[in-house]
Order: sequence, then structure tokens, then C-alpha cells
Amino acid sequence: MSLQLFSFLLAGLIVLTGALGVVFARNPVHAALFLIQTLFGVAVEFLVVEAHFLAAIQVIVYAGAIVILFLFVIMLLGVDTAENLRVDPLVGQRFAAIITGGAILGLLLAVINSVDGVTGNPASLRAVDQNSITGETIPNINQLAETVFTTHVFAFEVTGLLLTVAVVGAVVMARRIPGALQPLPDIPALGGSDDEDSDVDADVEDVDVAGEA
Amino acid sequence: MELTPTYYLILSALLFSIGSVGLLVRRNPLVMFMCVELMLNAVNLTFVGLAWGLNDIGGQVAVFFVMVVAAAEVVVGLAIVVAIMKRRDGATADDLSVLRG
Repeated sequence: MSLQLFSFLLAGLIVLTGALGVVFARNPVHAALFLIQTLFGVAVEFLVVEAHFLAAIQVIVYAGAIVILFLFVIMLLGVDTAENLRVDPLVGQRFAAIITGGAILGLLLAVINSVDGVTGNPASLRAVDQNSITGETIPNINQLAETVFTTHVFAFEVTGLLLTVAVVGAVVMARRIPGALQPLPDIPALGGSDDEDSDVDADVEDVDVAGEA
Repeated sequence: MELTPTYYLILSALLFSIGSVGLLVRRNPLVMFMCVELMLNAVNLTFVGLAWGLNDIGGQVAVFFVMVVAAAEVVVGLAIVVAIMKRRDGATADDLSVLRG
């Protein structure tokens, strides 16, 4: 077993345990910390195949910015109360979700199994790694910069615009409007979780059905 | 045994499935966002693994853009959650159904 494969498997274990932790952690803060574990594992996977720049960006942007944003909102809103995962809010939903996830996994693995290795013509692209004049190996970050700022420069500009729009939108949505807030309409169907309410809901539905009939 | 891009595809399939199950099962919108991040990372793994297998830098460029879009998505999504939470207690997906048109 090569060192590359060993690193891949070790990081893969970190990634998968972190992902399971995100799904099964009852407390959102714990889920965010498991997410950091997964993101670091993915960064290691990037390093294994020499995507050095992306590994750095993965740690800085994902673990450093996005997860911190998650934690900030969790702390700010005080929604870090543990969720009881034992009760299934919609009967059969969890079972259906697991069936769906298993189906997705089965389909993906079937496709991967049916494809015999990667397609394309790697030999023709192999020359990209080396400077044709000096014969030196071009670092990953130089290749990436050259592609982003030449071939994909328009997409790069549009991405900058997207980020600007996102920031402005976030400020508009989260700003404090002067005056009292209008209360949101109360939805009777979702009003509560106790049995009394669900009885009322059933009655309302019966009336609706009767009205239609 | 040598590492091949197929290992990356299998790992990303597993990660994507775990993320999708989490997205369907969890009720807290913040945790649902985290599961979306898991799925995006699974796709990034595919891109990077195939970029390595084909020795084509284009896959890494795609990952670069996916990361930016993910950041924008999280910013807007969390702003929506904050806006909802200012008006209404409770942070489950059921509470957010008032967003319907």
C-alpha cells in the first residue's frame, strides 16, 4: 500500500466519521464542530492529489469563515438547544429518507462500477504540468491562476458580482427595521406539537373535505 | 495498491449520500445547511479526484467557483434564518413553511 493510498484512507475515515457526526449530533454546535472535522479531512484529500491551493482555501474559507458564520448564528439566535432525534416528526419520514439515501448511494456506486476508470485522454494533457521551454514543473497554484485569469476570467468577474449581491442581500434581510415588526400569520396546521392541536387540525381537515363534497 | 480516481468517486458517493440523508432527516435549518455543505464537498472531491486523474486543471477551477457559490449561499441562507428568528420562535423547518408563496 502506497503512502498516497494510506493518506487517502486515513483522511477518508476522518471525513466519513465527521459527516456521520454532523447528521447524528443532537446539538447544532457539535454538528458544526463535526463539520470542521469533515472539512479538514477533505482538505487533506486535496493535498493527497496535489491540489495545494484548494486545500489552503478549504481550510481558510470553509473552516475559517463558513463554519464560524454557522457558529456565530447559532450563538446569536440561541438555537443551540439539543434536538430530540428519537421522535420522528413526520411518521415514516426518517425511513423514507434512509431509503432515498441508500438509493442515491446505490445508483452512484453502480455508475462508478460500470465505468472502467476515468475516461478521456490523460496522455495528451500530461504536458500541461511542465513548461515546454525550461522543462520545469509548474506549481499547482500557477496553473490554477493562469486558467482562472485567462480562460475563466468572465466567470471570475461574475463570481465577484455574485458575492457582492449576496453581501448586500444579507444586510438587507438581517437589518433592523424601525418600528414594530408585523407578526407573521399563524398557521393552524403547524401551531403546536401537543395532541390537542392535532385533534383540532384533524377536525379542520374534515370540515374542508365536507365542504368540497 | 495504488490510489486511483475511483477511490475518490466512492468516497464522494458515500459523503453525498450521508449529506442527503441528513438533509432529509434533520429539522434544524442550520444543520440542514451543514448537510448541504457536506454534499457540496462531496462534489468538490469528485472534481479534484478527476482533475488529478485526467491531469486537467479545469476540475480545480470548478472547485474554486463551487466554494465561492457555497459561501454566498450560506450568507444568504443564514440571513433568512436570522430574519425569521427575529419574528418567530423556533427554528425547525416546519416553522419556515410560512415562506411559501
